[in-house]
Amino acid sequence: MTVPLLKVDNLAVEFGPKANPIRVVDGVSFEITAGGAVGIVGESGSGKSITSLSILRLISEPPGRIVQGRIEFNGVNLLELPRSKMPDIRGRDIAMIFQEPMSSLNPVMTIGDQIGEAIKLHEAMTGEERRARVIEMLRLVGIPDPAGRLDAYPHQFSGGMRQRVMIAMALACNPKLLIADEPTTALDVTIQAQVLDLMHKLRRTLNTAVLLISHDLGVIADVCERVVVMYAGRVVEEADIRSIFRTPQHPYTRGLLQSIPRLDDDRDRLYQIPGSVPLAGSVKKGCPFYERCSLRIEKCMNKMPPMFSFGPDQRAACWVTASQADAKEKEAALQ
Amino acid sequence: MTDPIIRVNDLGKTFGSGMRLSLAKQADEVRAVDGCSFEINRSETLALVGESGCGKSTLGRLLLRLIDATAGKVYFENTELTDLPAARMRDMRRHLQMIFQDPYGSLSPRRTIAQIIAEPLDVFGLVRSGRQRRERVADLMTQVGLSPSFMDRHPRQFSGGQRQRIGIARAIAVDPSFIVADEPVSALDVSVQAQIINLMQDLQKQKGFSFLFIAHDLAVVRHIADRVAVMYLGRIVEIGPKKQIYGMPQHPYTQALLSAAPEPDPDRKGKRIILEGDVPSPKRVPSGCSFHTRCPIRQDICGIERPPLREVAPGQLAACHFAKPFPIPRPTSSQAVPA
Ligand SMILES: Nc1ncnc2c1ncn2[C@@H]1O[C@H](COP(=O)(O)OP(=O)(O)OP(=O)(O)O)[C@@H](O)[C@H]1O
Ligand SMILES: Nc1ncnc2c1ncn2[C@@H]1O[C@H](COP(=O)(O)OP(=O)(O)OP(=O)(O)O)[C@@H](O)[C@H]1O
Ligand code: SF4
Ligand code: SF4
Ligand SMILES: [Mg+2]
Ligand SMILES: [Mg+2]
Repeated sequence: MTVPLLKVDNLAVEFGPKANPIRVVDGVSFEITAGGAVGIVGESGSGKSITSLSILRLISEPPGRIVQGRIEFNGVNLLELPRSKMPDIRGRDIAMIFQEPMSSLNPVMTIGDQIGEAIKLHEAMTGEERRARVIEMLRLVGIPDPAGRLDAYPHQFSGGMRQRVMIAMALACNPKLLIADEPTTALDVTIQAQVLDLMHKLRRTLNTAVLLISHDLGVIADVCERVVVMYAGRVVEEADIRSIFRTPQHPYTRGLLQSIPRLDDDRDRLYQIPGSVPLAGSVKKGCPFYERCSLRIEKCMNKMPPMFSFGPDQRAACWVTASQADAKEKEAALQ
Repeated sequence: MTDPIIRVNDLGKTFGSGMRLSLAKQADEVRAVDGCSFEINRSETLALVGESGCGKSTLGRLLLRLIDATAGKVYFENTELTDLPAARMRDMRRHLQMIFQDPYGSLSPRRTIAQIIAEPLDVFGLVRSGRQRRERVADLMTQVGLSPSFMDRHPRQFSGGQRQRIGIARAIAVDPSFIVADEPVSALDVSVQAQIINLMQDLQKQKGFSFLFIAHDLAVVRHIADRVAVMYLGRIVEIGPKKQIYGMPQHPYTQALLSAAPEPDPDRKGKRIILEGDVPSPKRVPSGCSFHTRCPIRQDICGIERPPLREVAPGQLAACHFAKPFPIPRPTSSQAVPA
């Protein structure tokens, strides 16, 4: 087995007073191989952003803290590195882009200077070389007339162009992993299509691995090879993209897939998952989906289901579907 | 057979044209809505789609006369709203309601749920006693799936989906015949979205109001609409029955928009039409066909002559000199997801 590029293992993050903490991320594990693309889906508040911020140790402490787990990048546990080493990792090895590009760009600095700054932090280059690199990056992300745009300020760019500038900046030092938190949520459909197209192109040309966070299953299906489904701070299912969409094994994943309207369906009514998502950290025992689950049994109320394997590429945390799959397997073995 | 409840004739709204002191000022004018004509039938849902800033919200507000038009006319039933005296417009509002996108911003935080829902009832004098008022509010809350026991709470104690239910209860309180819903589910999580969409469809079926449903999620629109209007830079570029717009769009912009939406299906990564560049500023609408700066099939005439909205198939109109059917292949039955 090769060492994965990134391995998140049993991560837990808490907020609030130590005496009475709220655990908003609990027991989260997943891996990304070099050049791979993994998506995290889940509803608002399910812990997607906190998980991704933890990877770069960007959780502000206090009020938050990582209380458990390992985050291995190329075999090195980032959580054990001295804090002073993290800025080297950020940008050079792992880059991150956020949902709202305007808040992450400096409004009083030109686009050219900002990307140049990002390069300067990690690579020794002459001013000339740096300038050439900036132009190259802007061209790569599809900014027309890149040399002429170096002196422009962020407000002179449209939302889609700013997001592409963010991507150019994130990729300027050729990181091995790009973490993108809802990179297209604020964009229009046709501009989103440009950015998704760009992500495909970058993966092909630079072999950058991607961790994509989104609540849009269409975006995830487009970009990712594997998917992590989060619910109330926990991973409830994790699988290759085809299994998630074709044979989802967690009742929440199934409900989610059935509740989205699709371009090709003619149902009169959408399926709706009853009730609402529990607040993060409010489920102390049993399965977090218990309140809303149509398959629940008594055991689910008191015992938290662990992750069960469903074939080589799929795992889900459900007592009932795991025993159903088990029964099917035994039946098949008997015949 | 059509029975229009709303008729819109050459409607326009230009912002910033109040003080036309000099020609220089005109450069700052925003043509948010420009020459729109269409009808909405009784009990019908017309969906309005298009990219940010294309004028969807402005058009919705014009229909309810929440803002005044700078050109054209709007008729409700057979009354022209655009020139109705203020007093008569106030009475008319009982039939015309709105549901907003932002369930967080559109509800006043200091009032209770009961006060918020009852406000239109009070304005139009539809309840006589305090008791009748609470009964009516309780009834409305039940209809939108909220427990009446929450009546005296404040909006901040509710989730986004619950707040949207409150907004809907308020809109249906006066039994309107036409509702504009401006991106009512865009801010909600997927599973909450399904609940609200089902609720709105059920209520429409029961009460028979007509709907202008503004949205940018094309899959949501396909689910809820009877007909679809596609807007680009203040103009309607294509309008028609849902089946035709989604199955056989004729305007290149509609085609690009539909092909651009990523589908939640790993085996259906369709070929996308990637449009070049960004939407031009509505302060500088391109000449001729306003889509010509991004159109993949433009010809010389497109930059010169503005194409009129013309019928390209029964009930389907497109504004393009070179409109032609573009079948979007979609298998009719999607792979079933196990329940
Ligand atoms: N600074 C904080 N203090 C306390 N709780 C916090 C803080 N930041 C986040 N949380 C909580 O952690 C949980 C997970 O938040 P997170 O931002 O990871 O959600 P998310 O899945 O990214 O949601 P969204 O889709 O809305 O972005 C939420 O319940 C949130 O309220
Ligand atoms: N009160 C106003 N004054 C000046 N310009 C305005 C005003 N309201 C809207 N506009 C402009 O009119 C255009 C259309 O705006 P509108 O809000 O109708 O777009 P929209 O299609 O609803 O966009 P979105 O999808 O972002 O909600 C935009 O360019 C907007 O900036
Ligand atoms: S463990 Fe039980 S409650 Fe949880 S998802 Fe499975 S069946 Fe439902
Ligand atoms: S009129 Fe010309 S530019 Fe406009 S959509 Fe048709 S082909 Fe394209
Ligand atoms: Mg988030
Ligand atoms: Mg709007």
